[in-house]
Amino acid sequence: MFRDVDLEDANVVRVNADRAEDIENIAHGVFSPLEGFLCRNDLESVLDDKRLDNDIPWTIPILLDLDEKELAGAKEGDTIFLTHENGMISEMEIEEIYTIDKKKVAEKVYGTTDPSHPGVSMTFNMKDIIIGGRITLLKEGKKPFDEFLLWPKETRVLFREKGWKEVVAFQTRNPPHIGHEYVQKTALTFVDGLFINPLIGRKKKGDFRDDVILRAYETLIQNYYPQDRAVLSILCTSMKYAGPREAIHHAIMRKNFGCTHFIVGRDHAGVGNFYPPYAAHEIFREFPDLGIKPVFFRSFFYCKKCGGVVNEKICPHRGDDIINFSGTAIRKMLKNGEVPPPTMMRKEVAETILGFDRMFVE
Amino acid sequence: MSEKNEKKFTTISIPTALAEKIKKKIEGTGFHSLSSYVTYVLRELLASMEEEEEAGEALTKEEEKKIKERLRALGYLD
Repeated sequence: MFRDVDLEDANVVRVNADRAEDIENIAHGVFSPLEGFLCRNDLESVLDDKRLDNDIPWTIPILLDLDEKELAGAKEGDTIFLTHENGMISEMEIEEIYTIDKKKVAEKVYGTTDPSHPGVSMTFNMKDIIIGGRITLLKEGKKPFDEFLLWPKETRVLFREKGWKEVVAFQTRNPPHIGHEYVQKTALTFVDGLFINPLIGRKKKGDFRDDVILRAYETLIQNYYPQDRAVLSILCTSMKYAGPREAIHHAIMRKNFGCTHFIVGRDHAGVGNFYPPYAAHEIFREFPDLGIKPVFFRSFFYCKKCGGVVNEKICPHRGDDIINFSGTAIRKMLKNGEVPPPTMMRKEVAETILGFDRMFVE
Repeated sequence: MSEKNEKKFTTISIPTALAEKIKKKIEGTGFHSLSSYVTYVLRELLASMEEEEEAGEALTKEEEKKIKERLRALGYLD
C-alpha cells in the first residue's frame, strides 16, 4: 500500500485529526463502500435518502472542507496530498469542488439547526469549499492505543480463527457499569463472540479519558468474561451525536469489521433531548439491506427483588425495588473517590478507574 | 415527476392481480405505498444474494500470515 513520495513541490493540505481518522478509516475499509470523500451527488443522496447514489445505505456525510488558501488553486482533476502532524500522508484525486448548504446538511443529518447541538455547531464551523474524490493512503499516522487498534481485515481473520460465525458488536464511549455488562452478556448468549468496540477520538470536556475506558474494560473482561468469547478493540472516529442516523453509521462500520449483530440501546448516539429515546431503533426498519442485524435493548435497571439486572419486559417490580443506572451518579461517585455500589459497577473496574490521577477530559 | 426524480426512479410493471394482493397486505402497516413495499422487499432480497457472494472474498497467503502475526503479537491469538 505505501510508497515514498516527495512532497516538496506538491500541493499539500494539512488536515485536522478528524479528517486524518476519516482518511485511514476509508483506506482500511471501516467506511466501506466509501473510497474517498463524498462528491455532491452522493452527498445529496445521503442527505435526502440516507443512501449513496448507488442505493447502498449510508447516513453520515464524510466530507473534506478547505478554505481558498488550502485549496491553493487546485482544480478538478488535480492530485493533492493530505497530511497530518501524526505522520499520516494520503493522496487525493480531486473529482469535484463544490459548496454546501450548511443549514440543509445540519437539518437533514441532525434533525435540527440548533447551534447548541455539537454536530450542528461543527457543521456551521466547516470551511466553505468541499472537495470530493478518491483517496490513497501512502503512510499511516502514529496513533495512541495502537495495540488495541484492529482493522477490518484483521478482525475478520480473528473471528474466523476463533471459530466465531456470529459476532455481536457493542459500541461505547464510557467505562462499563453493570448494565453494560448485562446487555453485552445477554446478546452474547445468542451468538459466538462479543466485539467490544469503544470509540476513541475527539471528546467533550468531562468525558472519560480513553485510557481509563480501555483499562476499565480490560479489567472487566479479565475478571468476568470467558476469555475466548470477548475481544476488545478500538474504533478511531469522532462522535457526531446524530442519534438515529449515527446508529446506522455505527452498525455499518461494525458490519465492515465482520460483525453480524449490533447492540442498539436507548438514545443511541444521542445528546441532550434532541432525539426520541427509541428513534435509533425505529430507523433500522428503513434498511432491510444493512447487512447486520440490530439487537435492541430498551431500559434496563437493577431490581432488588429479582436480585439482578432486568428490564421492564421481564421484571414485574417497580418503585423502591428498582435502582436505575445513572451515568451521572456513577461519574459523581468516582469523582469523589468513592467506589460505586456493586449493583452499579464491579469493584475491580471501579478500583482500576480510581487508580488514574485524571479520569476525565479537561 | 421532477427531473431529479426522473433520474432516481424508474417504472416497472407487475401483474395487476399481484399489485392488488400487495395493496391489501400492506393496509395498516408502515408502508405508505406499493412502491415503498416493493422497494423494501427487493432491497432485502438483493442484500441476501450479496451476502452469499461476499463469502468468497479472500486475502493472499502473505497478507493472512502478516495479520495472524500481528494478532499473536498483540495477544489476540495464542
